[in-house]
Amino acid sequence: MKVVLENLTKQFLSRHKKGEIVTAVNHFNFEIPDGQLIGLLGPSGCGKSTTLNLISGLETPTEGKIFFGDEDVTELPPEERGVGLVFQNYALYPHMTVEENIIFPLQNLKGDKKMSKEAMHQKALETAKLVQIDSLMERKPKELSGGQQQRVAIARALVKIPRVLLLDEPLSNLDARLRLQTREELRRIQRETGVTTIFVTHDQEEAMSISDLIIVMKEGVVHQIGKPQEVYDEPTNLFVAQFLGTPQINVFSGEIRDGKLYIGSEAVLDVPDKADREVWVGIRPEGFIPEEDGPFTCQMDRVEVMGRDVSVVSTHPQMTGRCVRSIVSSENRFAPGQKTVRFRLKPHKVFLFDRESEERV
Amino acid sequence: MKKNNLKAWLYLLPAILFLGVFMVYPLIDVCVYSVEENYNFASQSFTGVGLGNFRFVLSDPYFVQALKNTFIIVAITVPLSTGLALLISLGLSSIKPLRNAFQTIYFLPYVTNTLAVGLVFMILFKKTAYTDGMVNLLITKLGGQSVDFIEGPYWAKMFVMCFYTIWIVMPFKILILTSALASVNQDYYKAAKVDGATNGRIFRKITLPMISPTVFYLIITGFIGAFKAYSDEVALFGTNLNAAGMNTIVGYVYDMLYGDSGGYPSYAAAAALILFAIVFTITYINLTFSKNKVQYM
Amino acid sequence: MIEKKSASLSRVLIYVFLTIWAVIVLFPFYWMVLTSLKSFASYNSEYIPRFIVTEPTLQNYADAFTTVPLGRYFLNTLIFTVATTGLMMLVIVPAAFAFARLEFKGRNLVFALFLSLMMIPTELVIITNYVTIVNWNLRNTYLGLILPSVTSVFYIYLLKENFEAIPDELYQAAKVDGTSDLKYLVKVMIPICQPTVVTIIILKVIECWNSYVWPRLITYDPDYYLVSNGIQEIRENGFGRENTPAMMAAVVVISVPLIVLFLIFRKRIMAGVSRGGTKG
Repeated sequence: MKVVLENLTKQFLSRHKKGEIVTAVNHFNFEIPDGQLIGLLGPSGCGKSTTLNLISGLETPTEGKIFFGDEDVTELPPEERGVGLVFQNYALYPHMTVEENIIFPLQNLKGDKKMSKEAMHQKALETAKLVQIDSLMERKPKELSGGQQQRVAIARALVKIPRVLLLDEPLSNLDARLRLQTREELRRIQRETGVTTIFVTHDQEEAMSISDLIIVMKEGVVHQIGKPQEVYDEPTNLFVAQFLGTPQINVFSGEIRDGKLYIGSEAVLDVPDKADREVWVGIRPEGFIPEEDGPFTCQMDRVEVMGRDVSVVSTHPQMTGRCVRSIVSSENRFAPGQKTVRFRLKPHKVFLFDRESEERV
Repeated sequence: MKKNNLKAWLYLLPAILFLGVFMVYPLIDVCVYSVEENYNFASQSFTGVGLGNFRFVLSDPYFVQALKNTFIIVAITVPLSTGLALLISLGLSSIKPLRNAFQTIYFLPYVTNTLAVGLVFMILFKKTAYTDGMVNLLITKLGGQSVDFIEGPYWAKMFVMCFYTIWIVMPFKILILTSALASVNQDYYKAAKVDGATNGRIFRKITLPMISPTVFYLIITGFIGAFKAYSDEVALFGTNLNAAGMNTIVGYVYDMLYGDSGGYPSYAAAAALILFAIVFTITYINLTFSKNKVQYM
Repeated sequence: MIEKKSASLSRVLIYVFLTIWAVIVLFPFYWMVLTSLKSFASYNSEYIPRFIVTEPTLQNYADAFTTVPLGRYFLNTLIFTVATTGLMMLVIVPAAFAFARLEFKGRNLVFALFLSLMMIPTELVIITNYVTIVNWNLRNTYLGLILPSVTSVFYIYLLKENFEAIPDELYQAAKVDGTSDLKYLVKVMIPICQPTVVTIIILKVIECWNSYVWPRLITYDPDYYLVSNGIQEIRENGFGRENTPAMMAAVVVISVPLIVLFLIFRKRIMAGVSRGGTKG
C-alpha cells in the first residue's frame, strides 16, 4: 500500500528552553511507493523517529495529512491503523511467551476480521517460520538473544498483515556480526511479504545497502530522496554529500574563475559552464588518481595499506577536515619519505556547492 | 583477613547486643512462657509444662470475640483497600496536572499519629447527647437513620473500624502501586496500541500482569498487617476494647500482659504464638496461590 | 470527534473520583483544626455541627497546655525520638558497613541470620521485653522506653544495600591514600549515601513520634508519657470526655510537627517509603 505524506508537520514545545517551539518534522511531502523498502536516514534529532511515530499514529501531526492508499488516516488512532511497528528495544511483552506475543495482535482484531483460535495459532506459526523462530515459540523474551528477540518483534508486527511495516533503528542494538546478517534478513522478509516497509536509521551504510529508496533528513527537513546509488552519486547539497559515503567525502574551500576550478592556487579541473563564485569542493575518496604531474598537490602524511586498496592520508591548506583521505588502487607505489603527492581528479567524483547555500552547483 | 575479623565483629557488636537482648532472647523466651502452665508473675513460679495455656486462651470468650473481630477486619479491609488503591493509582497515572498535589494529599495519613486522628474520627462518627455528629448529619440528610458508630450496634462499630483502617493503610498502597505503574515501560503500551488493543485489553493483558508482583506483595503484607490490628481500634474505641466488644487478637495479648497482679505473660505468650501461627499459615497459603497467579517475568 | 468527547468525559470522571478521595482524606484534618478553634460553649451548643467557625478562639490551645501536661508529653516524645534515632544510627551504620565492606568469615551466614530476624513480629517479642524491662526496674524511665526501640534489621538492610552500591575502587583508592576504615566510613560513605541516611532518619522519627503500644505498656507515670499515650490519657481520664475542642487543639498540636516535616521532606519521605516497600 502506498503511503502519502502531505505537508506533514510536527511541532513541540522545547523541553530545554521555555516557550520555544521545536519543529521536528517540517512540511514533509512525499508519496512512498507501494511494496518497497525505504530507508529514512539522518543524524540524531533529525525527525526520522518522529516521522515514524506520526505514520503509526502514536503522535498526531500539527499540520498536514497522512494517507494509506487513498484513505485519510490522519485522525485514526494507532489501534485502528493496521500498522506494524518494530520498536528499537523490541518492547516484547515480558510476561508472555513468544507465541503469545505474536498472537496478541490477532486477538485484537474486531468484527469480521476476528479469527478462530485455530486460525490464529496457524497464522502465528506461519509468521514465525517466515522469520525463522518457529522453534522458540514456548520461550519467554528474557530467554532469547537480542537477534531472536528482534525477530519475534518483527513477527508480531507482520502477523496481522499490516498495511505498512515500520522499524525504528532495527540494527543499532545488534553486534556488528549480527548486523550484516540481519540486514539481509530484512531485505528477504520484505521481498517475500511485499509489505511497504519504512525503516529508520542513522547508519548510512545500512540504509544504502538494502533500501530501494532512501530519504535523507536533517532537522525536520527532507534534503534528498532517491535510489541509494543516485543519492550517493548526485547529492543535492553539502549535507547529503557528507552524510553518505565511508570514508567521508573530503571538502575543500575553492573558487570557480573563468571556467576553471581553483583550490588554493592550483587549477584542478575545467568547469566550462559554471559562473564565477566561491564554492565548497567535495571530492570523494575514490576520486583521486595519483599522477606525477597531476594538477592537485597535497602534503603527504602517511599511507595505510588496506590490501585491495591503499588509503593515502594527506593534508592541504584548503581542506576543511582534519585530513584528506583518498582511496587508490594498491598498484600505485609511493616512495618512503615522500613529501608531496600529486593527484588528477575524476570529474564525476567532484561536487561543487555554493559557499552560502551549500546547494549543488 | 584476621584483622578484619576482629574489626568486623567489633562493628557488629552493638547491633548484635541490641538484637540479641531485644529480639532473639524474647523469641525463645516467649515460646518457653507459653508452655509454662499457671505462671504466676509475682512469684515467678509455674506449676507444670504443657499446653494448658493454649487451652485456656482458645476457650476464653474474650479471645474468641477478638479472633472473630480480627478476621472480619482482615477479610473486609485487605481486598477493599487494595482494590481502591489500585483504582486510585490507575487514575493518578492517567492524569498529569495536579498529580503531585493529589499524591501529597493522599500520603498525609501515613505521617500522622493514628491515635490523634482516630480521635477526630471518633468525634465525627459519635452520637452524643448534644449532637448527632457529622457523619450522622450526612446520613439523615440522605434520608437515613442516625446511628451511633462508636457506641452503637456491632455492625456500625465494625463499619467505622474498617473505614478507618482503610483510610490509614491507603497511603502506603497508593504510593507503592503508583511507582509500580510508573515503572512499566511506556513502550509496552505503545506496542499494544499499535497491535490494536483497546484500553480494557491493555489493562487486563499488559498492565495487570506487569504489576501483579507488586499487587501480590501488597496483599500479603496487607494480610499480615491487618491481623496485627490494634492501635487503630484503641484510637476509635478507647483502651477498654473488651467493653466495646471490639477487641483484636493483639489487643487480647496486651490485655493479658498488662492485667492485674503483674499480668499473665503465659497467656499472652500463648495468644501471641497462636497469632503468629495464623499469620504464618495464611501467608503460606497466599504464597502458594501466587505461584500460579502471579506473573514473574 | 466522538472519541475526543468520551476521552474528556472519562477524564472528568477520573478527576471527580480522585477529588472525592482527596476530600475524604482531608476532611478529618479540616475538622480537627476547625473544632480546635471553636470555643467550648459554642461547640457544645451546636446540635447540628457547623462547618465554619464564627468566633475563632485560641483558648483551647491554652487549655490544652495548661490542664494537662501536654508540654511535658511533647518534651518526652522529643527526647525519646532524638535519643532513639541517634542511638539507632550509631548501631546500624557500623553494622551496615561491616556487612557491606568488611570481608570476614561467616559474613553471609550472619547476614542471613539478621534477615531472618526481620520476620519476627513485634507482638511476640514485646512480651518478653516487657518482662525484661520490669525486671531491670526500668519502667517509667527514658531508658526503658528507648532501649528496645533502637534497632531495626530493616534499616540495616537498606543501608547495607546502599553502601554496597559504592564501587570497590573508591575504597581501594582511599586505602592507598592511607585512610582508616572508620575515616572512610565517616568521610566518604556516609556523605555519598546521605539521601538514604536522611530517609532512614526521617522514617525512624515518624515511627518514634507515633509510637503508642510500647510507651503504653511500660509507663504509668504521666511524667513519662509520650504524645500518643498522653492523648489516650486525656481522652479517657482527662478533659477529653467533656472538652472536645480542647482535645482537638491537643491533637492539632501533636500532628503539626510531623506534617511540617512531611511537607518539607515530601519527596524524600515518599521515595524512601516506596523503596522500602519494593525491597520487601
